[in-house]
Amino acid sequence: MARYIKRNEQTDGIDRRGFLKCMAWAGTGTLCVIKGGVLNSYAFSGIGDLDPADMKGELSFAQISDSHMGFNKAANPDVAATLKAAVDKINGLTVAPEFLLHTGDISHLSKPEEFDAVDQILKSAKPQDVFYVPGEHDVLNDDGKQFLERYGKGSKGAGWYSFEKKGVHFIGLVNVMNLKAGGLGTLGHEQLEWLEEDLKPLTASTPVIVFAHIPLWAVYPQWGWDTEDSAQALSYLKRFGSVSVLNGHIHQIMQKVEGNITFHTAASTAFPQPQPGQADSPGPMKVPAEQLRGLLGITDVTYVQGRHALAIVDTKLEETR
Amino acid sequence: MKKRIGIGVCMGAMVVAAAFLTAGRVRGERVPQKEAAAAMEVKIDNFTFAPVTITVPAGTKVSWVNRDDIPHTVVSDDKTTFKSKALDTDDKFSFTFDKPGTYPYFCSIHPKMTGKVVVQ
Repeated sequence: MARYIKRNEQTDGIDRRGFLKCMAWAGTGTLCVIKGGVLNSYAFSGIGDLDPADMKGELSFAQISDSHMGFNKAANPDVAATLKAAVDKINGLTVAPEFLLHTGDISHLSKPEEFDAVDQILKSAKPQDVFYVPGEHDVLNDDGKQFLERYGKGSKGAGWYSFEKKGVHFIGLVNVMNLKAGGLGTLGHEQLEWLEEDLKPLTASTPVIVFAHIPLWAVYPQWGWDTEDSAQALSYLKRFGSVSVLNGHIHQIMQKVEGNITFHTAASTAFPQPQPGQADSPGPMKVPAEQLRGLLGITDVTYVQGRHALAIVDTKLEETR
Repeated sequence: MKKRIGIGVCMGAMVVAAAFLTAGRVRGERVPQKEAAAAMEVKIDNFTFAPVTITVPAGTKVSWVNRDDIPHTVVSDDKTTFKSKALDTDDKFSFTFDKPGTYPYFCSIHPKMTGKVVVQ
């Protein structure tokens, strides 16, 4: 099932056009693996035929997002069940992820019992290390105090931090605090200064993965799907050879490649939202019950050292026709 | 003599009573009975405050009710004049506007949602 995309030599040896084409298929469960600048794409169902050496990565983790524990309206009356299904998907991956990233909106109303319920469900995930960043639903009524108490150990400010795994530098950013009227997501001066300092000692060949709730690129500003001061953050990341930005918030899979930066948003485990401009507002999108799980999912990410970028695979909770 | 004093007291009582009845009205203005007693309601639905702009007399209690299937908040732009907790579906928040002025506000969860209360 392997299909080789025509090589298109550029100064960095990346088959960029092919990569974009490949990324467009990723929403349907296609695996894109970059090896030495050549793109291989595999339909997810054909994964079993692959040479494990092609697939094996040195670092593997999964991203989940927007669990909205506490939501119980028509778009999904049982978000606990779909989160459990997401955990089952994670536990069923051929290569077990080493840890999880949760890109926010863990809870729906910042209620203690909602956070507790998510913690409880994630206890049955094989990867027990979970790294969180808050969504706007996690910092209601208390300026994010509860989020920090639960998930912010070792973080700075409203909960930003960085860590290393096998030579890959991870940065969790918070862009859901101090939102202003008519505004977008915001990082703020303090966090931007911290980011600049945090990146300074790293060599340009260090792979960097940034994760934050609201997209760091202008997906659809009219609906608030953008971060007003992300340009400054991205300018600090420009010198790095491989940067991946993982976001949530929009409850659908979207990707973009810009220079050395790959942007990717994850599906929600709770409910889908309409595509930009396809509805009056970005609220929960009701779909027939049998279609729901086909619009929810997890993201599996593999980094192979020496290969250029990440393999990002989005897996739906259920394949639907 | 008794009669006159009696009438005077009566008149005095009527004047006082009339004064009590007019207390709370905007000074120098005759506000229609219906408006002064009204509480304005703003409906929140589909990521919108409706009506987006309302104009009310000072002293009006404005209530916001969330009919959307997602929580919203009602926060004055300065973030101090009024600030609701997160309102889930069917939750309500009220604020009485005593001082004339223009009060722009927004939803702090979805900041693109904005509205305005004009108090006269």
